[in-house]
Amino acid sequence: MFSRAYRAVVTVPPLLWVTVFLLIPYALMFCYSFWMVSTSQTIVHSWSLANYRQLLTVDVYWQTLLRSMWIAARVMLFSLLLGYPLAYFLSFYAGAKKDLFYQLVIIPLWVSYLVRAYAWKTILGSDGVLNTLLQYVHLTKHPLEFLLYSPFAVVLTLTHIYTPFTFLPIYASLEHIPRNLVEASSDLGASPAQTFWRVIFPLSIPGVLAGATFAFVLSLGDFLAPLLLGGPSGIMISNIVVSLFGAAYNWPLGAAISLCMLVLVVSLLFVSERLEKKWSFS
Amino acid sequence: MLTREQPVAALEASATSSTLLDIHKIAKSFGKNVVLRGISLQVAEGEFLTILGESGSGKTTLLRIIAGFESATSGELWMGGERLDRLPPYKRRVNTVFQHYALFPHLTVEQNVGYGLRVAKHSASEIDAQVEQALARVKMTAYAKAKPSKISGGQQQRVALARALVKRPQLLLLDEPLSALDANLRRQMQLELKSLQREVGISFVFVTHDQDEAMVMSDRIALLRAGELEQVATPREIYSRPATSYAAQFIGHTNLLRADVRDGVAHCGSLFWTSQLPDGSALLSLRPENIEVAAPSGVPGKVRFRGKLRHKAFHGASELLQIECADGLLFSVRTEARSDWQGELEFEFDPADAFPVRNSEAA
Amino acid sequence: MEFLVSATNGSIRGSRWLLLHSVFVFAFLYLPIAVLIVYSFNGAGVGGFPPRNLTLDWYRTLFSDGAIWESVGNSLIVAAVAVVIALGLGIPAALALDRAQFPGKTLFRRLVLLPLILPGIITGLSLLMLFNEASIKLSLLTIVLGHGTALISVATTEVFAGLQKLDRAQEEASLDLGANYWQTFLRVTLPNLRLSIIGAALLIFTLSMDEIAVSFFLIGRDNTLPLEIWGRLRRGITPEINAISTIIFVFSLVAIVLWYRLRRSAEGSPEVAAELIETAVQGAES
Repeated sequence: MFSRAYRAVVTVPPLLWVTVFLLIPYALMFCYSFWMVSTSQTIVHSWSLANYRQLLTVDVYWQTLLRSMWIAARVMLFSLLLGYPLAYFLSFYAGAKKDLFYQLVIIPLWVSYLVRAYAWKTILGSDGVLNTLLQYVHLTKHPLEFLLYSPFAVVLTLTHIYTPFTFLPIYASLEHIPRNLVEASSDLGASPAQTFWRVIFPLSIPGVLAGATFAFVLSLGDFLAPLLLGGPSGIMISNIVVSLFGAAYNWPLGAAISLCMLVLVVSLLFVSERLEKKWSFS
Repeated sequence: MLTREQPVAALEASATSSTLLDIHKIAKSFGKNVVLRGISLQVAEGEFLTILGESGSGKTTLLRIIAGFESATSGELWMGGERLDRLPPYKRRVNTVFQHYALFPHLTVEQNVGYGLRVAKHSASEIDAQVEQALARVKMTAYAKAKPSKISGGQQQRVALARALVKRPQLLLLDEPLSALDANLRRQMQLELKSLQREVGISFVFVTHDQDEAMVMSDRIALLRAGELEQVATPREIYSRPATSYAAQFIGHTNLLRADVRDGVAHCGSLFWTSQLPDGSALLSLRPENIEVAAPSGVPGKVRFRGKLRHKAFHGASELLQIECADGLLFSVRTEARSDWQGELEFEFDPADAFPVRNSEAA
Repeated sequence: MEFLVSATNGSIRGSRWLLLHSVFVFAFLYLPIAVLIVYSFNGAGVGGFPPRNLTLDWYRTLFSDGAIWESVGNSLIVAAVAVVIALGLGIPAALALDRAQFPGKTLFRRLVLLPLILPGIITGLSLLMLFNEASIKLSLLTIVLGHGTALISVATTEVFAGLQKLDRAQEEASLDLGANYWQTFLRVTLPNLRLSIIGAALLIFTLSMDEIAVSFFLIGRDNTLPLEIWGRLRRGITPEINAISTIIFVFSLVAIVLWYRLRRSAEGSPEVAAELIETAVQGAES
């Protein structure tokens, strides 16, 4: 029913924009990753695999990448552990108060990421809220130093940030489960626990996958929380990229690392999408 | 074909004299799925034509091609000496009443009705006058300021009609407009629609899967099956002289008899009668109401058979009996409703009522 | 009766644990926000328990701080333009995904949606390289282009979801009544997408106001609010940050309440954000 002109008008402008501002930049990132920085601090457009060789051979790069993945994995796990039961409670037990609770989960998302990370800093610092509280009630004599400037602080903060994001798709998938399935299951003699593990959980897997992927991918690429709360032991891969694009001035190497992250993220999305298809039955 | 009599309906004749819409060899495929296989059909001025078919027969697609929402893979549409199929929907003097009415939820009833005039940039006073008239015609004046979600299905139906008619189309298309209404309201709307069409005098092309509806309302019925026209005729004609076994079964209820004609005698199971059909096998449609309980003394020229009563279905004034003969033949018989039908019964029918039809299955 | 309605005897205890867990999660989610608000009134500055010397000093400091308000102004401009760009391209993109077939459509869909889930650093850096190669000086304009591009994904997702719910017969009826494509778009399609578009605009505005990862790399001389805050945080903890965050939080709350009012007055589920995440991960099917 839509004329050719109509389809052209809606297709061409976004297509052009996406080409110029997404496709070409990714292509440029690809090109940069094969270029070099000369001794005179200019970028030389000569092609080599040197950056990738450096990535594999210099320990700090791949070790930091592994640490970032480990931090992201913990964030993902904790977000799921916090988010899933909450979603399950809201969807199945909260009754009429469901919408209110739902909005209560959303509201923290409207508070600036930066500000919430910073609030954790004021809580965890050596003369922060938590340490002074502990001393105030005489639980400790000296401030606990491990709280701030550690991977712990980074994981805690990122878990705080991504728990609502993990909760949302899980909640949505739980809400889409027809309630008569639960009734059918108990009618057939399944206990509540059996109903949960055999009916509800399997049907919520697409939501779990979406939430988990989101939390993992976005924590993996984070560089602000580590800068603010991570200290030297909490450095993540993006921090290295930031310094390569800044003071260290080695854009090509930074581009190579970014491209690795891009490939990693896209393949994760691919896997997650496959799994979700497998587990969605509608 | 054996239809020796000429078509009775005057409308049949007028259809050829003053054609409004000429559908010429319209075919449509969606990918490999062939939906319409070369439909040719004329709609006369002032005619109420029903396109009748099961779901998947292609009837809605044909309607959407006329309206301009789909383009045909091949074929042409002509209206008033103009190629209709090359015009976008908004330039066709054709309007549609949609299956679920498609009233704009964000506009009031009167804004809905005035929509077509407003986009055509008519003056406000003219729009008001015409909307008022259109609403009065469908008795919806009292609801002018209501939003569509606040009125009933039957009322929405009327608004949809008014909205289409206010554009004064030459042809009104109706896509199963009554299917969402419950049975009583539907019967009432059938009559209303019919009298409205007489009143405004424009051609209606009405799509439905409901054969009763088609019979009640139409001047002519175009029976569509798997993308092909099975028969185009008046309701009376299509009922009494179905062209094919499909038409016979789809319009009303029938017994299909497979007969073997040899030397002017038709044989069907153990039954036989003289026949003027050419030799060979023949398929005959015999309506249940043309079979009667046998008179005590045999009537000459009628065929008699005995059979056991297998089922009976009560229909109020009449009753439909399932009779199984000793040779395995099954008959549906419509009789007056009586509580004491049982056991072995004897029936008779006039072989002239067994009307030869083309076998659709073979097609 | 409604509460715990699906709990049978065996699961009531289970639901108590769930309730306890939920209370804990809410406490975890709200603790930093509470700290933020409380310490914005704390005379002794940030940290230190218990808070003491209730004061409005930090708000006073804040209101006389020119740099902060300049960055707020910059952020408002950036967010407003980003909304225009993202909607201006996201609406046609959603229409294209919904009703046009063209080569590379799948790639197009994935590219549009990618910035939703891609860490901001990748989007930011790839654009930085583009501007560098094209010798475009970094400024608020480059930030606007970055935000607009990244947030087309939000507009597309929202509007596409709205289009899926739109009864196609509505638009057919409009064409049938003589309205051309443009009139149909203005009078039928847009009004039906009203909620999706307002929702997308609010979300884009908020996300842009808060955006830092992309802006971090595209910043010129003028700071946006998050970058201004970031600069101060790097220098040390300053209580007026608590004050401005509290103000923004209150504004956000008002926006949420308005949005839910609007959303509820029409029908529809408030699952905007969930939809976004799922689309981000799964890619919208068309």
